[in-house]
Amino acid sequence: MFANTKKVEEFAENMASVDTVKGRSLWQDAMGRFLKNKAAVTSVILLGLILLFSFVGPYFAQWTNEEIDWSTLGAVAEKGRPSIESGHYFGTDDLGRDLYSRVIQGTQVSLMVGVVGALIAVIVGTLYGAIAGYFGGRVDSVMMRAVDILMAIPYMFILILLLVVFGRSIIMLFVGIGLVSWLSMARIVRGQTLTIKNKEFVEAAIATGVPSFIIILRHIVPNLLGVVVVYATLLVPEMILTESFISFLGLGVQEPNTSWGALISDGAGTIQYGTLWQLLFPLFFFVVSLFSFYFIGDGLRDALDPKDR
Amino acid sequence: MFNFVLRRLGIAIPTMLLLIIFSFIMMHAAPGGPFNSERPLPPQVLANIEARYGLDKPLPVQMFDYVVAIVTQFDFGPSFRYADRSVNDIIALGFPVTLTYGLWSFVVAVTVGVSLGVAAAVYHNSWLDYLAVGVSIGAQVLPNFVMAPILVLVFTLWLGLLPGGGWNGGQWNHVIMPVIALSTSYMANIARITRSSMLEVLHSNFIRTARAKGLPQRRIIWTHALKPSLLPVISYLGPAFVGMITGSVVVDVYFSTGGIGQLFVNSALTRDYSVMMGITILFGALTIFFNMVVDVLYAWIDPKIRL
Repeated sequence: MFANTKKVEEFAENMASVDTVKGRSLWQDAMGRFLKNKAAVTSVILLGLILLFSFVGPYFAQWTNEEIDWSTLGAVAEKGRPSIESGHYFGTDDLGRDLYSRVIQGTQVSLMVGVVGALIAVIVGTLYGAIAGYFGGRVDSVMMRAVDILMAIPYMFILILLLVVFGRSIIMLFVGIGLVSWLSMARIVRGQTLTIKNKEFVEAAIATGVPSFIIILRHIVPNLLGVVVVYATLLVPEMILTESFISFLGLGVQEPNTSWGALISDGAGTIQYGTLWQLLFPLFFFVVSLFSFYFIGDGLRDALDPKDR
Repeated sequence: MFNFVLRRLGIAIPTMLLLIIFSFIMMHAAPGGPFNSERPLPPQVLANIEARYGLDKPLPVQMFDYVVAIVTQFDFGPSFRYADRSVNDIIALGFPVTLTYGLWSFVVAVTVGVSLGVAAAVYHNSWLDYLAVGVSIGAQVLPNFVMAPILVLVFTLWLGLLPGGGWNGGQWNHVIMPVIALSTSYMANIARITRSSMLEVLHSNFIRTARAKGLPQRRIIWTHALKPSLLPVISYLGPAFVGMITGSVVVDVYFSTGGIGQLFVNSALTRDYSVMMGITILFGALTIFFNMVVDVLYAWIDPKIRL
C-alpha cells in the first residue's frame, strides 16, 4: 500500500512536469530542422560575416573609394599589390584606387540590389498571384496570360534598352529589375493559392461574410509565407546575378559607384597586366555570397516543405 | 494537338506585337531626335531628312509602317548612327558568328549535360555522381561573365594554348572558349535536372518490372528510362535558350567575337536606337518562337499537357 501511494505521487509529479512542456509551432519545427543543416548554417554565418564586413569594413579603410593613390600610377602591378603597409589591403585597381574600399562599396550595392529586387518580387508577386489564384476564372486567366506574355520576352534586352533610354542610375536599375522579378513569384504563389483557397478555414471565412480582400490578406497570404520565404532567398542571388551581368557590360551602376559585376569586369579587363587581385577579391565575395544564398534557400526549402519529410 | 498549337500561337503573336510596340515607344521616349547633333541643321534640311525617313508622319502611322515593314519585308529600317547602313546590314554582320558558337554551345550543353546526368543517376553515390553534383553546384555561381575571364586566365595567360579573343572566321581555336563560357552553367543545370528525374524514374515500378523480366541494364536505361526522364529537361530548354541568347552578349563583349551581342552593346553605348530595337525584336522573336517549339514538342511527347 505504502509503495503504491509513493508511485501515485511520483506519477502526479511527472504529470505536473509534463504540463510545463510547451507545444512547438510549425515555425519552431522548421527552425530546428534548419539548424541541423550544416551547409545552411555555415552559409548564414558566412553571409553574416560579409554583411558585417560591408558595414564595419569602412572604419578600417585608409583610403576612400574615390581617392587615387598617385604613387602607384603607371606601376600598379608592382606598387599596387595588396599590402598592409601601403594601406591597400586588397591592392589598388588600374587607376590607383583602393580596392578594399571599392569592394566594400560594391558589396553594399550588390546586396542592396539583391534584397530590394527580391522585396519587390515578394510584395508584387505575392499579391498578384494570390489575387489571381483566389478569384480564379476569367480574372485568373487574364492575369496569368499577362504573366506568360511578359515572361516570354527576353527581358535583359528590355532592361538594357530602359537603362540606355532613361539614363543609367541605381533607381532605374531597381525599376527595371522590379518590372520582371515578380513574374515567377506570381506563378508560384498562384499555384499555392489554388490549393489553399478550398480549405475549410477559407470556407468558414467566406461563410461568416469576410470580404474577399481581407480573406486574401489575413487567411491566404500568411499560409503562403513558407513558399514565399524560400523563393525569395533564391531570388536574391538571381537579382545579384542580373545586376552583375548588366554592370559587367558597363551598362549598370555608374562610377564612382560600383558593384561586384563592375569590379569583376574591371578585374577581368586587366588580367593580362598581372594584377590578378583585381579579379580575385571581388570574385571571392561574389562567389561566397551566391553560394551562401543558394545553400540557405535549399536549407529553408528542406525545413519548410512538408512534402519532403 | 492542332488546338494546342493554335492556342500557343495565341500567346506568341500578341507577345511579339507587344514587344515591337514597347520597343517603338521606348525609342520615341528617348530624349532628342536621331538627327539632333552638336551643330544644328537648318530647319529646312532637317524637315527634308525627317521626311526622307518618314519621321514627319504622326506616331501611330510611323509605328504601323515600322511593324508592316518588319512583318512583310523583314526590314528594320536604317541605322541612326551609320547613314550608309541599314539595321539589316549590321545584323547580317554579326548573325553568323552568334549562330555558330550559339549552336555549338547549345549542342554541348545538352549532350554533355544529359550524359553527365544519366551517368550520375546510374552510378548513384559513386565518385561520378559526386563529380556531377559538385560541378552542377559550382556552375550555379560561375555564370558566363565569371567563366570567361577565368578561361582566359588559364588557357591564354597561363597555358598559352588558345587565343584570348577575336573570331578569325570561326577557326576552331577561337570558338572553344566562347562555347565553354556560354554553355557551362546550362550544361550543369541540365545535368542536375537529368540526374534527379532519372533517379526518380529508375525507382519507379515499370523499371522494376523491366529488371524483373531480366532485361539487360543497357536496354533498361536507353529504351525505358531515358525518354520519361528527359521531359523536365525539355521544359528547361526554353529558359536555357533565353539564357544563352542573353549570355552571348557577355561572350561577344569579352572575347570580341563580333557577334550580335557586341553590336547590341556598341549600339547601346552610342545610342543607336534603331539597331538596339532591331536586335531586341530579332532576339525576342527567336525566343518566342523557340519557346513555342519547346512547348509543342513537350505536348507532343506528354499528352497530359495538352489540356
